[in-house]
Amino acid sequence: MVVFEKPHALTDVPMHYCPGCTHGIVHRLVAEVIDELGIEGKTVGIAPVGCSVMAYNYFNCDMIEAAHGRAPAVATGVKRAEPDNIVFTYQGDGDLASIGTAETVHSAARNENITVIFINNAIYGMTGGQMAPTSLPGQVTQTSPYGRDVTQCGFPVKVCEMLSQLDGPEYLERVAVNNVKNVKNAKKAIKKAFRNQIDGKGFSLVEVISSCPTNWGLTPQNALKWIDEKMIPYYPLGVYKDRSAAKEETK
Amino acid sequence: MSEKVLMKGNEALAEAAIIAGCRHYFGYPITPQTEVAAYMAKRMPKIGGTFLQAESEIAAINMVYGVSSTGHRVMTSSSSPGISLKGEGLSYLAGSDLPALVINVQRGGPGLGGIQPSQADYFQATKGGAHGDFHMIVLAPASVQEMADLTVKGFELADKYRMTSMILADGTMGQMMEPVSLEYDIKPAPEKPWATTGTKMQREHNIVNSLSLVPEELEKFNIERYKRYDEVEKNEVMYEEYMMDDAEICIAAFGIAARVSKNAITEARRQGIKAGMIRPITLWPFPKTPFKKAAQSVKQFISVELSMGQMIEDVRLATECRVPVTLCNRVGGMIPSPEMVLEAIKEAAKNGGAR
Repeated sequence: MVVFEKPHALTDVPMHYCPGCTHGIVHRLVAEVIDELGIEGKTVGIAPVGCSVMAYNYFNCDMIEAAHGRAPAVATGVKRAEPDNIVFTYQGDGDLASIGTAETVHSAARNENITVIFINNAIYGMTGGQMAPTSLPGQVTQTSPYGRDVTQCGFPVKVCEMLSQLDGPEYLERVAVNNVKNVKNAKKAIKKAFRNQIDGKGFSLVEVISSCPTNWGLTPQNALKWIDEKMIPYYPLGVYKDRSAAKEETK
Repeated sequence: MSEKVLMKGNEALAEAAIIAGCRHYFGYPITPQTEVAAYMAKRMPKIGGTFLQAESEIAAINMVYGVSSTGHRVMTSSSSPGISLKGEGLSYLAGSDLPALVINVQRGGPGLGGIQPSQADYFQATKGGAHGDFHMIVLAPASVQEMADLTVKGFELADKYRMTSMILADGTMGQMMEPVSLEYDIKPAPEKPWATTGTKMQREHNIVNSLSLVPEELEKFNIERYKRYDEVEKNEVMYEEYMMDDAEICIAAFGIAARVSKNAITEARRQGIKAGMIRPITLWPFPKTPFKKAAQSVKQFISVELSMGQMIEDVRLATECRVPVTLCNRVGGMIPSPEMVLEAIKEAAKNGGAR
């Protein structure tokens, strides 16, 4: 009896992620969901620029590599041209919340029927640990060597909170992948975000609080603790918007 | 003969795109090309197509990138400052070998510039509109009929060579009305086995991508792309020769500058000056051969442009500087008058081609 196997929606290409990085977990969750919903053959994924730039090699579905921050615009094009395809973007914090803020906000405002997986690890990983739009106040990075000074660099962007003010989006939830319970919740949210698209409900974004031990300068274990101690207090987990559920309640 | 209708250049272009099978348009409002967007906004919903006013030029070109990845014909239109913003997407389209049609109804620059006609984006269009080694096929219409014809041609060439075709028009071409025939024999688009529309669990996954971290591979991709560009240069050059049989003074001009120059040539001929014109229709690939050939018999070239002198460099290169090439130009939204061009021709004739 097979008790554990690689999801079909993942390729056999070895991932390049650092030890202790949680990208691998989130890739797996997305792939499991694609398998369980039986949608691999009609799914098109959009990879970002950042650590997960090579996600196009890891997912077995058709993949497009977008310019930095433009994944929601590319996804919009794909979905408008091929409405029967299931289209998801996989983006980091620099991609989604800094250079691609406009594309994020407006695809949400249009309630574009796509699924967005947003990895928030509070740092630019690929370029070697610079300050991200989501870096915490006081957080030391290569480009905030004395700690993020909010009087100079401004405050972190809270994506779920910000987008929840729009009438457009269908579903916004923030999850984490730093322990088993959170990983299970994360999968539930990701599945819902894909199912919403299948049901034609519209823009669904799951923000996944993730770790970057390499650039945080922590061991993998301590990085997971740092999520509990620092990240989650600033970025509370939970559902920020669920239009269909809200409608149900008012019935 | 097919029936002709009176249409604005921008609208003829938009309708021709629909006839060519384009069902997806993304744009952002900017003068003087807004009629294209307005026309598409009216027509697309009625034929099951997409009209989407994007949040920015950057988003619009990346929506184009997304549609093109699925293999459908797709376009965007803008004017000069907007094209600069689309530069990122143009480079990615080239790097991923995706076909698309991009319209630039040029206005005066640099910066915010003005809203009157210009040809000052010649360098940007023909020498690569953004980072990296790449070309676009650049088509320069000189009538409303050509606005339509070159749109159809642009889609066909884009699909054939997997690259971006750009229509480099100007405000006059977009705004003027002329009778136009829109009857085309549209060939079916080629098969696009690379398109990302889902594996249907029947093939390996397709990847649309411009990233290549291994230098040897990236070099190979560039060289292969340029082999395709060589084919374009060999097969797709288009130009018009006007009164060139015995011409001693040759005007080089495209778009509205060519229209003005024709009037000047007619008057020059009436005054006994043997003037003619080579009008590039493809600005890239540039029609080098007719210019090189003309350089053997012509005494002087005059590049008539709505820029500070951009195409003139290609004329000098094509003619290998064998005879003088002078510039007759207006900029900032101004258009050279036929009288101004005639004066330039007379001056050239007086000098016997010598400077």
